[in-house]
Amino acid sequence: MSSSTSSLEERHRQLGLTDGEYARILERLGRAPGDVELAMLSLMWSEHCGYKHSRRLLRRLPKEGAHVLMGPGENAGAVDVGGGLAVAFKVESHNHPSAVEPFQGAATGVGGILRDVFAVGARPIAVLDSLRFGEPSASERSRYLLERAVAGIGHYGNSIGVPTVGGEIYFEGSYEQNCLVNAMCVGLAPHDRLIRSAAAGPGNVVILLGALTGRDGIGGASVLASAELGEGDEAKRPSVQIGDPFTEKKLLECCLELLDCELLVSLQDLGAAGLTSAASEMASKGGVGLTVDLCQISLREPGMEPFEIMVSESQERMLCVATPERVGEVLGVCERWEVPATTIGCVTEGDSFQVLHRGVVVADLPVSVLVDDCPLYDLEPSPPSDGLYEAPARVLDGSESPAETLLALLRSANIASRRPVFEQYDPIVQSRTVRRPDEADAAVLVLPDGSAIAVAIDGNGRRVACDPRRGAAEAVYECAANLACVGAEPLGLTNCLNFGNPEKPHVAWQLVEAVEGLSQACEALGVPVVGGNVSLYNEAPSGPIFPTPVVGIVGKLPDAGRAGRLGFAREGDAIGLLGPFEPSLVGSELSKLRGHAPVGELPVADAARIRILHQGIRARVRSGSFRSAHDIAEGGVATALAECCIAGDIGATARLPRGLDPFGEAPGRGFIVSGPAEALAGFVMIGSVGGDRLVIDGLLDLAVSDLHDARESGLSEWV
Amino acid sequence: MRARVLVRPKAGILDPQGQAVERALPALGFEGVRNVHVGRLIELDVDDPDRLPEMCERLLTNPLIEDYEIER
Amino acid sequence: MKTGIVRFPGSCDDIDALAAAARVGEPVLLWHADTDLQGVDAVIVPGGFSYGDYLRAGAIARFAPVMTEVEEFARGGGLVLGICNGFQVLCEANLLPGALLPNTSLKFIFRQVELEVVRGDGPFTGACASGERLSIPVKHTTGRYYAPSEELDRLEAAGQVLLRYAPGHNPNGSLRDIAGVCNERGNVFGLMPHPEHAVDPLGGSTDGMRIFESMRAHVEQHVLA
Repeated sequence: MSSSTSSLEERHRQLGLTDGEYARILERLGRAPGDVELAMLSLMWSEHCGYKHSRRLLRRLPKEGAHVLMGPGENAGAVDVGGGLAVAFKVESHNHPSAVEPFQGAATGVGGILRDVFAVGARPIAVLDSLRFGEPSASERSRYLLERAVAGIGHYGNSIGVPTVGGEIYFEGSYEQNCLVNAMCVGLAPHDRLIRSAAAGPGNVVILLGALTGRDGIGGASVLASAELGEGDEAKRPSVQIGDPFTEKKLLECCLELLDCELLVSLQDLGAAGLTSAASEMASKGGVGLTVDLCQISLREPGMEPFEIMVSESQERMLCVATPERVGEVLGVCERWEVPATTIGCVTEGDSFQVLHRGVVVADLPVSVLVDDCPLYDLEPSPPSDGLYEAPARVLDGSESPAETLLALLRSANIASRRPVFEQYDPIVQSRTVRRPDEADAAVLVLPDGSAIAVAIDGNGRRVACDPRRGAAEAVYECAANLACVGAEPLGLTNCLNFGNPEKPHVAWQLVEAVEGLSQACEALGVPVVGGNVSLYNEAPSGPIFPTPVVGIVGKLPDAGRAGRLGFAREGDAIGLLGPFEPSLVGSELSKLRGHAPVGELPVADAARIRILHQGIRARVRSGSFRSAHDIAEGGVATALAECCIAGDIGATARLPRGLDPFGEAPGRGFIVSGPAEALAGFVMIGSVGGDRLVIDGLLDLAVSDLHDARESGLSEWV
Repeated sequence: MRARVLVRPKAGILDPQGQAVERALPALGFEGVRNVHVGRLIELDVDDPDRLPEMCERLLTNPLIEDYEIER
Repeated sequence: MKTGIVRFPGSCDDIDALAAAARVGEPVLLWHADTDLQGVDAVIVPGGFSYGDYLRAGAIARFAPVMTEVEEFARGGGLVLGICNGFQVLCEANLLPGALLPNTSLKFIFRQVELEVVRGDGPFTGACASGERLSIPVKHTTGRYYAPSEELDRLEAAGQVLLRYAPGHNPNGSLRDIAGVCNERGNVFGLMPHPEHAVDPLGGSTDGMRIFESMRAHVEQHVLA
């Protein structure tokens, strides 16, 4: 990227700017940008940083809510959970880096989202991950990506002492060329420790703390995230960031101590586009300018050029602003925690972001041009004329008995036990975890006053591919259903929109429809969106990934001791099927195993009734009337019954309502619950708990141990 | 001067990393590979190379489970 | 009982150990760079990733200033409990015999396992019955206990093996299923499983409390008497 290559006009194209965007820069600045300025602008105006194709659309998402303390726009959203405490949370993608180097890509994805959470002053208390890969049975590459990504997530989360308490993984041919790694973090803070990122106070000092700055991820943001991956992505390897959880652990403790001692005016983490983005955003939010002297920055590599320093994505760094009187104390705290820290500049009046190197001004740009003037593009949506996605390989031909079908579903990669994955994660460090993976449909973490928060992450790309509006709404309903099963009321939602190339009308259509579906479901359930992330251009020559909106919800329950479980608990308990549950095979896991492409109309969802249903389940889990609760998801009611038997290590006898497809799906609005018969009076009772077999009248009769073995075998050979 | 310390797992101790590498190579088409062990390399500029053995014994290696070799 | 919990850069389960120690007395934090043990009756070297597990797990932490004091405290008969990374630190410091190697699976493993109490006496397992089973979680990458076989024979004969993984529950390939060992004198004990994560009924098993209760009983009898 040196200025000795080609002319100025071509350079901007090499950096990912269109001719139109370059012309806009010339017009806004009234002159041509210098090298460093062009590098900075190319990153700030990239899709990843600028949200050019999504910003207008995201305004649709509902953001208001009684418990919201921080909405979209900050490093993380935050909701009030009572007792003077706030929970901050967000989900973010790290898809393209993970496809190139899955261990480090996934690890630094976790590192990045952790920083976003402690940047608002919250101590990270949980991590969840939503992953997508190609079929492990068919692709060695997908097995490799799965294994390495899981190892990377475990490495980072375990080492830094934040429990990984939940997550989801889906395998679909559609993700073969474009894996997805979305990391969610939840943090806890007393209300008065929450801090915003707006830089303020001309004359105040800007300090860079954390790891030394090297050449990690140079050009990462624009080179990787704003373009589709094509041939030769090996050459992009030098751009991959390497994470160091030990450094981040020290950085985290240091930052929380700085905030506890009230030494900071503002705090921001360095993520995509490094110092350029962190400093610009801080200045923009505060309506101030900044001056930065690159010679004050501690470098890991000798002879780094100014543009390299400005766009480096070296991990584990934060930017903060402090008043001049407190700088000494700030540096003292950093020294105690062995965190390198240097004063690198100051806040100024006006709108100018000025960068100095060896006494020379190498960049002087209006903050507004960097942050606000990036062009926003309207999507031009148009529904696809044909099926966009290939049919998957056929595993079942429809001649199988219900028993064989159930075993095949339990064994299938999307449903099988995730034990080989979650055993690589520490779910209990910090001693808050009350429900571990496999014990309940959501993770539950106890708070100091004995109440608890619950958190889950969900998204089914296959169903969204069938019908983006209904499929996206289902993600919200399913996630909220998971919370209801532990007795939690949703307080706020974070989302990551993983889609293909938005410049293509059919992808634009998927995006617009999905955002509409998400918004309607959030409005219907009264759950505000407090933040999120967008990852576009997840597309290969063969086509886009399934449109994959991933949704994470945090909720609250008053008594940790009453958190729900999914397994059947007691011999003799009655089993209830709660709804309105009107399933269909469209978009279902069974239809995938039968080799059907994702097309068809998803069942209608009655949002108002779903809201009431969730309230009812929540109340009865809290009161103890329901001894178990489990939402019906992939694989339908037969699979849900099997999962309840396996988790409880006990059998059941049931008869399904006439005409109910045992494998049909309708996420978020069907539940299997169990409890004393008196507690289930008034609900549709379909059977009772007991014995060591699952017997569904007229359908199947299988030993729980056989169900268990089928489910355990699914992923164990791949990871 | 620049020194290198090669650290290896002691013979006789189970080395699952070495075994994993030994299994992986034939799968990639490399036959005829045996006896694989995975260790560590430490490189350092040192003023007094005579103190290297002591450095190895006290910090750089765990003598119970590792052997070392100094290259100058 | 006043218990000091050491905190190194990278320690994670120090706060969990503090919470467990609070159930049997007064916990205090011992910062790695300080040399004042604050008059504690027992020291816990907790789990986590001190110094990022760089070089070898525990290899750098063992040289922290606080460890000089811990070593002297141990020489004087004080109780020292090393959990997971703490066990690794104590082995590196030669306060305990043997070493911890990477799990045979080469992966991090989290699992609730069953342990067998080999000796139901002494400061750490006195509140247990010999042969009793304890349900306690493990979570580590480098937990395979190793010592040369003559050393293992000697440890077993001398009753220094206090806990073993129950049959079928060895998660990491530890030789002779050894989960925890003590020194000759019996006042220093290290184990890979995390008793501090089995103390709260909300979280499941409370079998880990036995170890902390044993320590308290010992301190009450021997130190405060």
